[in-house]
Amino acid sequence: MISHQLTSERDTLAPVSRRPAIEVSGLSKHFGTVCAVSDVDLTVAEGEFLSILGPSGSGKSTLLGLVAGLIQPTGGRIVIGSRDVTHVPPAQRDIGLVFQSYALFPNMTVAGNIAFSLAVRGISRRDAKERVEWAIELVRLNGLEHRKPSQLSGGQQQRVAIARALVFGPKLLLLDEPLAALDRKLREEVRLELRRLQGTLGVTTVLVTHDQDEAMSMSDRIAVLAQGVIQQLGSPGELYRQPANRFVAGFLGAANLFHGIIAREGNGAVLALDGGTRLPLAGDYPSLGRRATMLVRPERVNLQPATEAPANRFCIDCHVADVVYQGEIVRYAVEAPPVGPVIASCQHVVPRFSPGDRACFSWRPEDAWLIQDKEE
Amino acid sequence: MWLARMKTVKLRFAVMLAPLVLFVLLTFDLPVLTMLGWSFSNPTPTVRHYLYVFETPVYLKVIGKTLRIASLTTISCVILGYPLVYWLRGLSPRGRSICLVLVLLPFWISILIRTYAWIVILGNDGIVNRVLIAMRLVHQPVQFLYNELGVLIGMVNVLLPFFVLPLYAAFSRFDERCFQAAASLGGSRRAIFWRLFLPMSGPSVAASATLVFILSLGFYITPAVLGGGNVTMIANMLDVLINTLPRWETAAALSTILMITILILYMVNYRLRSGFSN
Repeated sequence: MISHQLTSERDTLAPVSRRPAIEVSGLSKHFGTVCAVSDVDLTVAEGEFLSILGPSGSGKSTLLGLVAGLIQPTGGRIVIGSRDVTHVPPAQRDIGLVFQSYALFPNMTVAGNIAFSLAVRGISRRDAKERVEWAIELVRLNGLEHRKPSQLSGGQQQRVAIARALVFGPKLLLLDEPLAALDRKLREEVRLELRRLQGTLGVTTVLVTHDQDEAMSMSDRIAVLAQGVIQQLGSPGELYRQPANRFVAGFLGAANLFHGIIAREGNGAVLALDGGTRLPLAGDYPSLGRRATMLVRPERVNLQPATEAPANRFCIDCHVADVVYQGEIVRYAVEAPPVGPVIASCQHVVPRFSPGDRACFSWRPEDAWLIQDKEE
Repeated sequence: MWLARMKTVKLRFAVMLAPLVLFVLLTFDLPVLTMLGWSFSNPTPTVRHYLYVFETPVYLKVIGKTLRIASLTTISCVILGYPLVYWLRGLSPRGRSICLVLVLLPFWISILIRTYAWIVILGNDGIVNRVLIAMRLVHQPVQFLYNELGVLIGMVNVLLPFFVLPLYAAFSRFDERCFQAAASLGGSRRAIFWRLFLPMSGPSVAASATLVFILSLGFYITPAVLGGGNVTMIANMLDVLINTLPRWETAAALSTILMITILILYMVNYRLRSGFSN
């Protein structure tokens, strides 16, 4: 579950005022006739933590591979710092890479892995030793310097990979699903570790992930990618509260979506659903007669016993189909035949409804967000 | 009920396996044990046959020659095979499968035919010597056949696929991301090869090399045909001991020595492979 409070603090950061660290323009990659990344424009500010979030097959790993130089683009330009690196090999891009599979060098110790980038740069053993110690300290792996990767746990291996990617002071840190191979508890731990490191070092970071919680909790901004196209770019709060389209609305967190046509009612306007129900609209709305989708997050839905239905505002009759107790909240799946299934998350200490109960649900009109449907 | 069912299932398997187990016991294990018995009997128990093998220079020479040819074959396979497999890795999937088929192709041709083919190719009037003479690189035909060089060429030809295939399998298990990470960390192609690829491939090269070495110790046809009676390896010696002299007890002792050497090498090979997969 994602709550607003966790992300609102990061919303206030305004990365646009900072200098750009990466500028990607018109970037495309075709594999044969398949278009993996299509005409992407993206600017990441210096010191920013940006996530590229998308389902598998959305092109997010291809996009990362293009920035890292592991994949050659079909078209477009990549600028890192102020240098055009579109055709620069990965070794000269000054990028730290962390993979889901850790990709540690099996023949080297922890210290050897971390020292690799320094050794190939011809840095003397003595100077390298200091840097390596610093990096080991950074990821808190003291005492494990002489272990082989096969003797480490998954979390430790990933921390070695992070230290290895940071030790040479790269301009940019690229993380490709770095937490996906870890179990839940470790994932939490490494996530916090990464956040802390990124904050202390201030290194520009791009994280590729399919996990919305991960993106929400770590990023300054998120780029939601689907079918090789950026669907929306914004702060976690913006994306959650004001998604640009139905895909973003459905991909980030649970969503109740209602499809209908905007119609006038009295002084205001309503969304007239196909089933006949009319949902009130608050604030601005697109022109009358247009098709639109209304998004209401489950935690904004109020569920009341049918007997307490308020007379002065809308409340839709329903019956409770399922009750899921999740500790801090209770999640109710309700059925309202003309509207369809709706999910309500309530902060009930103990469930107040049981399956089969009659109830009615409503929300404050200003808590709903309207997405205008694309013209077919 | 469930336990009883388990037992009947187990019993059924045992019945099904019995003929095979019996077959292996009778036709393989029993003869091996008989051979071991012969090597230690006169007919009373003795180690005389082993002492005889170790005291007679000709047998030591044959063992020495066998070990030398096997070593040279193994080294040649490593030198020829390693670059081939490294190169294969960089090919497109299509190119890789074509090359693998080319490597595997000789398997479908009888080893005897392949060995005789070398006589045609490497003979004094063969294509190799004719080309060398035509190019004025040599004045008279090079003696490729009926010596150790000929045996070596023939054996490398037979054994190269046995080196290439396991190594290829080992290389394809390498995590490509490792090399991508190394590249992003500033490693040049050369640095990545020397610092990463070569050390990573060490255990699998050693495992494939011991396999080739083990196989080459038992070669018979190639030294017989391409050695022309001048190159005697252990298997050829055994042939003489069994069919010509005949001294079966000495043959049994020699076979046992060969078998123990191979078992030790197989253990090394197993260790290398299991150590690598960790």
